[in-house]
Order: sequence, then C-alpha cells, then structure tokens
Amino acid sequence: MDLGAINPILLIAALMSAATPILLAATGELVVERSGVLNLGVEGMMIVGAICGFAIAVETGSPMIGFVAAAVGGAALSLLFALLTQVALANQVASGLALTLFGLGLSALLGQSYVGVKPPRMGDVDFGLLADIPVLGPILFSHDPVLYIGVLLVAAVWATLKLTRLGLILRAVGENHDAAHALGYKVVRIRTLAIMFGGALAGMGGAYISLIRVPQWTEGMTAGVGWIALALVVFASWKPWRVLLGAYLFGGITQLQLNLQGAGVAIPVEYLAMSPYIITIVVLVILSADRSAAPGSLGRTFHASN
Amino acid sequence: MIRLEKRPQPSRAFAYLTPVLAVLATFVFGGILFAALGKDPVQSILTIFWEPLFGEFAFFYRPQLLIKGAPLVLIAIGLSLGFKAGIWNIGAEGQYIMGALCGAGFGLAFYPAESALIFPGMVLAGAFGGWLWAMIPALLKVRFGTNEILVSLMLVYVAEQFLASMSLGLLKNPEGFGFPGSRNLQQYQSAHNAELIAGSGMHWGVVAALIAVIFAYVLLARHRLGFAVRVTGDAPRAARFAGVNPSRLILFCLGTSGLLAGLAGLFEVAGPAGQVSIDFNVGYGFTAIIVAFLGRLHPVGIVLAGLLMALTYIGGDIAQSQLGLPAAAIQVFQGMLLFFLLALDLFTNYRLRIGRVETA
Amino acid sequence: MKLTTFLAGAAVALGLATGAVADGHEKTKVGFVYVGPIGDGGWTYEHNKGRLAVEEALGDKVETVYVENVAEGPDAERVMTQMALDGADLIFTTSFGYMDATINVAQKFPNVKFEHATGYKRAENVSTYSARFYEGRAIQGHIAGKMTESNIIGYIASYPIPEVIRGINSAYIHAAKVNPDVEFKIIWVYTWFDPAKEADAAKALIEQGADVVLQHTDSTAPQAAAQEAGNVMTFGQASDMAQYAPFPRVSSIIDDWAPYYIARTQAVIDGTWESMDTWDGIGPGMVAIGEISDAVPADVKEEALAMKAAIADGSYHPFTGPLKKQDGSDWLADGEVADDGTLAGMNFYVEGITGEIPQ
Repeated sequence: MDLGAINPILLIAALMSAATPILLAATGELVVERSGVLNLGVEGMMIVGAICGFAIAVETGSPMIGFVAAAVGGAALSLLFALLTQVALANQVASGLALTLFGLGLSALLGQSYVGVKPPRMGDVDFGLLADIPVLGPILFSHDPVLYIGVLLVAAVWATLKLTRLGLILRAVGENHDAAHALGYKVVRIRTLAIMFGGALAGMGGAYISLIRVPQWTEGMTAGVGWIALALVVFASWKPWRVLLGAYLFGGITQLQLNLQGAGVAIPVEYLAMSPYIITIVVLVILSADRSAAPGSLGRTFHASN
Repeated sequence: MIRLEKRPQPSRAFAYLTPVLAVLATFVFGGILFAALGKDPVQSILTIFWEPLFGEFAFFYRPQLLIKGAPLVLIAIGLSLGFKAGIWNIGAEGQYIMGALCGAGFGLAFYPAESALIFPGMVLAGAFGGWLWAMIPALLKVRFGTNEILVSLMLVYVAEQFLASMSLGLLKNPEGFGFPGSRNLQQYQSAHNAELIAGSGMHWGVVAALIAVIFAYVLLARHRLGFAVRVTGDAPRAARFAGVNPSRLILFCLGTSGLLAGLAGLFEVAGPAGQVSIDFNVGYGFTAIIVAFLGRLHPVGIVLAGLLMALTYIGGDIAQSQLGLPAAAIQVFQGMLLFFLLALDLFTNYRLRIGRVETA
Repeated sequence: MKLTTFLAGAAVALGLATGAVADGHEKTKVGFVYVGPIGDGGWTYEHNKGRLAVEEALGDKVETVYVENVAEGPDAERVMTQMALDGADLIFTTSFGYMDATINVAQKFPNVKFEHATGYKRAENVSTYSARFYEGRAIQGHIAGKMTESNIIGYIASYPIPEVIRGINSAYIHAAKVNPDVEFKIIWVYTWFDPAKEADAAKALIEQGADVVLQHTDSTAPQAAAQEAGNVMTFGQASDMAQYAPFPRVSSIIDDWAPYYIARTQAVIDGTWESMDTWDGIGPGMVAIGEISDAVPADVKEEALAMKAAIADGSYHPFTGPLKKQDGSDWLADGEVADDGTLAGMNFYVEGITGEIPQ
C-alpha cells in the first residue's frame, strides 16, 4: 500500500473533468424538473448528443462546432419527448423510458461509420502564467473550455432561477401548473422550452464523453451516466450549486476508488460503486423534512381545461 | 385553430382503435426507416410481426412469446396497481434482481439435496426478496414522505452492484473454474422451474402471470381494495373521505409490485435463464413500465401489450439474422412503436375540436 | 388443439434437425451470435471481422448470418434455435455466458455443429475455442519492463476471473525478468466496456506514476488518456488500435479469429468437422501481435520478436519455472511448465505482485 502515490491536486483536477458530463446533463435536467417535468430520457439524449457532436466534430474538424451540434441533437430528440408529454399528454415516465430506448438505437445507426475514428482534439484554455501557480494552477487553470462552460452554466441557471422573472415563472409553472395557468402563463410553451434546454445540455454532456473524456465513438458508450445525472438532481434537492457539489462528490468517489486501488488498497469495488445511490437516498430522507424541496407538479400531466 | 377537449367519458371506441392506429403508423414510419437502410420494408415488417406467429417455425416462436412475455406481464400487473393509485414504483428491475438472488440463494443453499419442498421455498424466498426491496421506498415514503420514484430507481443500481458481487462471490459456482456466475439451476432438479409441458413454453412463471392477471382483474373490478386504488388515483382527496388509508395503500401497492417483480426474477433465474450471472437482468423491470402504460393499466391490456413487446423482440432477432437488419434499427423501430402507442392514446381521453379558442 | 400443435411442432423440430444438412442446400450456412454490438470496436467487432473473413475466403460456398446484442440466457437460446431452424450448419456462440444455452440447443439439433468461445463444456456437436492471450501478454510484459523509466506499470483489469489473472501474471513475470524493480499497479474496473471508466482508470494510473499502461478492457479510452499525458506507453487490446500508433500504442495483442473460423467452416463443408477443444495462441495465429512501432528501440524489438518466435514454435512457454505463488509457496520447479488445467482456473498471483485479487 502506497497512499503517497496519490497526488491530491491531480485527483481534484481529474475529478472535475470526470464530473463534467453528469454536471452538464444534471443541470439541464434540473431546469426540466423545476418546470415540473420528469424526463427519464437523459441517457438517450446524452448518447444522441455524443454521436452528433462526434460526427460533426470529425466532419468539420472543430470540436467546438461539434458541441453546438451535440446541443442541437439533444434538443431535437427532447422535442420528441415534449411532443409526447406536452402536446399528446402521454405519461412522462413511460415517454422518458421510450426516449432512452429510441435514442440508444438511433445513435447506433448514426454512428455506424464512425467506429474507430479519432476525433479532433480540443485544447485546454490558455491562461498563461496562471496555470503555473502551484496547487491552484493545475486545479483551476488547466482545463478545456467546455468544463468552464459547464460551471458557468450552473451559475447562469442559479441566477436565472433566483433573480429573474423568467426563473420565477419557471418555478411557478413547476410548483403549481394550474395556478400558473390561471395567472396567464403559457405552461406548455414554458415546459417545452425547458425540456429542450435540458436536451441541449444532456447532448453536450454526451459529447463531452465522446470528444474530450474518452475520446472515441462506440455504441452505448455513455454506459448509464444519464441515470447518475438523474440521481444527482435529486441529491442536489433541485438546487444548482448543490448539483455542482454533488457532481464533484460523485466524480470524486469514482476517482478516489480508482486511485485507492492503484495505490494497492483492497476495497470492495461493488459496494463503493453503490455508495452514490445510497447517499442519494439518505439525502432524500434528510430532505424530506423540507417539503418544499421537490417541485410541486413534478411528473404530473397538465391540460388547460377551459 | 385546433384544440383539445377532454371527453366526459374516455372513449371506448378509441381505446380499442388507437393501438391499431399506432401499429399502422409504426409500419409506415418503420417501413421508411427499413427502406432507407436498403431493406425491403414489407418483408422486414412481415418478418418481425408475421414470422413468429404464423411463419414456418411458429411452433417454436409461439411458446417463446410466453417465455419472453410472462415476466413482462407479471411485473407490469404489479406496477399497474400502483400506477393507477398514483404510486410510482419504477424500480422493478431492482426488485426483480433481488427476487432472483434470494430465490436462487435459497435453492443453492440446499445443493445438492433433493426435496419437493425446495422449489416452493425458493418461490417464497423470491417473492420475499422483491417485496423487501420494494418496502424500502414504501416505508421511506410513509415515514418521511420521500419520493418513491427516485428511491426505487436508486435501488436498481444498488441491486445491480449487489448482483455483480454475488455472481463473483457468494453464489459463484465452485465447480465453474473461477468464472463468474452461479450453478445452473436447470441442472438441479429440485430447484428447476421446468416447462410444465415440454415445448409449450409454459413454466410456473407463465402460470403465475395468468393468476396475477385474474387476481388484478377481480381486485380492481370487485374488491374494496381495488376501489381504493382507483379512487385514490382519480381523486386523492375524495379517497380520504371514502376512508382510504393512504399509508396502507402505499405499502400494499409497492409491496405487491415488488413481490410480483421478485417472483418474475425467481421464475426466470430458476427456469429460462438458469443461473445468476453479472448480466442476469436484461431490463424486464424497465420494459414492464412501458408495458403497463401500453396496456392502459388494464389487466387484459397488459397481457396484450406484454405479448406485443415480446413479439417485437423475437421478430426483431429473426429480422436481424434473416435480413441483416442491425439491432439498432430494431431498437429504433420499437421506440417508434412506443411513441405512437403513447401519443395516440390522447384520443381516448380527449377529442380534437376545430374552432376559435380564447387565449389560453 | 393448441397443446397438440405444440407437441407436433416439437417433433417437427427434431425431424428438421436431423435433416438440416441432408436437405442438400448448396451453401453452407454459418451463424454468429454476438453479445455486444458489432460497433463496439473490441470483442464483438473482432468476431465480426472473422465472420467477414469467412465470407471472403469461401465466397459462394457459404452464407453467414448474425444477431448482435444478444443477452445471455433465454434470448441467446432462442436466437441459436432460430438459426438452427433456419438451416444453419454451423453456429459460433461468442460469449462465455452462452455456455449452457449452447449445450441445450446443441442437444436438440444433433446435426448442427456448434462452436462456443471461451467455455469449457463440450459435446458430440459442440466444440470450444479460446485464445492464449497470455502469450501476447508475455511479449507486452517484456517490452514494458524494458521501456519503463518510472518502474511503475499500470494495469486496467476487468473482472477477477482466471483469464484476466493469467494475463496479469504473464505480463508481470516477463516484466520482472528484465527489470526486477518493476511494480504493477492494478485497477479493477468491473466492466469489459465502459470507455469513461477506462479513461478514468488510465488517468489515475498515470497520475500515480505509471509510464506504461496495459489494459484488459476493450475501448481505446486508455490510449487517448496516454496520448494526452504524452510520455505514457500503451498496447492495443483485442483490436490493433493502430490509430494510436506509433506512440502511445507501441504494439498490440489482436484476437484474430479469422483463421479458425475459416478452417472450421471448411471442415463442415468437407464433412470432416469433429468436436474438439482448441486453445490456440501465437503459433496457429489466433493471437496476433500488432506491429511493434519504432518508438521501441531496435534491440528491444528484436528480443520481443525472438520471444514471439519462440512461443510460436513451442520452444518457450510463458509459464516456465522456477515460479512461486504470491504467498511464497512453490508453484513450478525449475524448467517445469504450467499445465493447462492450472492455467484455465488460475486464481492466484505469482510472487512479486502486490495487492490482492478482489473476491
């Protein structure tokens, strides 16, 4: 056993990168759930984003255009979910699961000719001298641009929800759609936009895996990350900054687990892999004292009866 | 301007018509997809839907429909009770795994002793495992008001890790040369959930599914508890006045669905699957949620929906091997079918009105 | 009625089974059952390449069919039965988890030949085949031991099963032989295929000082992580992963199923097929060593190729004594060679590897 081999600075830098896909997807899903919609199709939207981003990045040679394409792809798929749940008033749980099934198949079809292709690499942001600061440099100033965009998005979502009229309307719709409707807000339109925002972010999260973290395209490569993102939203009790904290915590558990193994510590891998989910359940129980945590209309179908 | 208007009563005609329309729409769009992939669309669709039922080897595929459909129906029946009452168990996959683990573990504990009591014991253990796993979200909801959707979903992942641990550890076949996975229960007579009539596909899991369907039908139509389920779903406040105890209903609905999912897992592991392995679960618990909704939460509808899903799996595999369709195309096709079935159900409860609308 | 139809059906099935070859269809039909998608870039991808090689080599004489993403258990059994009913003469089932299903179906179709990959159950019409990857690991270990400067070699392991443990031991023995200071850091990821997790594991190993990363998982994620780190060496696994050559990927172990698949199909065509257990390595070409790139110094490359030749012609066995187990007890005496039984069920580390095999 050689715990000295673990470099905490590198560990933190690594977990930030590892956490970015779930951070992006969970931030998007948070907005969706805050608007009162439960979209279980995160995994499907992520993998479609992963292939859209990958394909476009390969074709154009620009990872940044790839990320835009991933956002568009994820949003386009989520529009299907919006059609089903907002227009056709179908059940959200079933629609989300169907969306994941569909997305996994669609991405595999789209990606057939991209197996084994190497995508263009995205460089790190150049902070100049800042990157050379001991400790802080490697942790804060040595990442790719999308990682920073992810953190900025968390801040933007927080500010929007907390400080703006738009955020107020979104929360009102999520808390009580009938009341919001009575106040004259267009529930369906707002929710559709929220769903598409969630889809776009999930798509970017997927592309982060296929373009930066791995980077390659293979069928089913998101391997369940979308489900962790769903857990994360709950863990964060629908609060943006806690999503960031939770993403780093979830990412950190995985990173620490791998590092401990490398250092020769015998750990029960399966039981550690369970821990994020068990922690989430515990958090749910603790949160239950605060009944205001979950959006009041979460998962309920809305129809404006006249 | 087109707008939706809620029907005073759900339309019976549309309840029967929409699934047919959905299947037809899927044929059209699926056909376009298959044609785009360079396959004959008519032949592709016939291979998926006709071949298993009436093709040359239908004698083999029809029993397979029972084998593939039974766990889906068994789980979906349990889920539908809760869904009707607005209690959302989406962790059936985890309960399925725990049922299989408890049941198989019970049986393997007696290996190699033979006794007629072992299989019944496994059935009880399997039901208990699923029930216990569902009791976690149930009790947390009753005691703390936590969201059962999320707790039950989280527990799926806990169960999957537990399954991996058991396959590599406690339940690993001691004579398996170190490979993961338990002994094969098909080769342990007292624990084997064999076909009741060879070649018929009928095993105890199919029987259990049929019993569950009848039980659910009678419960919902005749029993006080069924009334409580329905009224809670339709009008939660009215239910309280009608003397429904919400806590007890939560425990009943989650418990029953967990129990049935656990049974499905046990019958699968002791019969068609044969052994506990890392990848033992193949998503029946999630597919069953879709089946429950496709069946409109009605016992008979669920049977039909379960068989339809089974048909697309079996037909899809045939189309892969006979026509060279990629598995992904079949998945997309299934996704389309689900979308149309879910979307068109709208017309059962709503009708389209064409006319002027006041700004909503 | 229905019941009797079923029974009659079952009887027909058996009747057909005996007539599958006798019905005189000209083309020999070969089925492949895959556990993953053919786009996985690793395990299933390589088996599918073998299938395509059969089509290319035997042309009009064969017809191949496949089903991908087949879950182990009843689904696999159904797909195999379906292929047999559709007139397949030979069916390759390419995952360990298909073992019991293969045996079950083979019993119902005595005239159809089955080939099960990596299993240990055989029958009159069921052969098993597997590759001696550990032979390739020996060469990897040699190159890794010579090349490492930090003396730390990272190893991404999938599940703690004999196949994986054998590879770790083989690589370690040959790395330690040329570099006694070498240390192995092993991470078990509990998956065959999860690119993100593999990338994380590779990064963790690199951060802990590993400058060589070996992997027993199928994605190229570790290669990309090594490339990013800049000075870390890797080896392709299952497929060549040539897109990362010449560095970080300096060589590779490739599952080359093509020669075996062609030979077995030919045997069915000729009517000479017999049930057997094949465990082939570098010699017969089931395990191929991808080109050793110029990033490896010429002398090391020469030694590696010499070892490859010695393994291929049988003059050298990677598990040759004296070897001790991790606990210090004797395993192989001087010059003694490990028997296949021990190798097949290997559940211990050799002396010098630190850490425990997880249970």
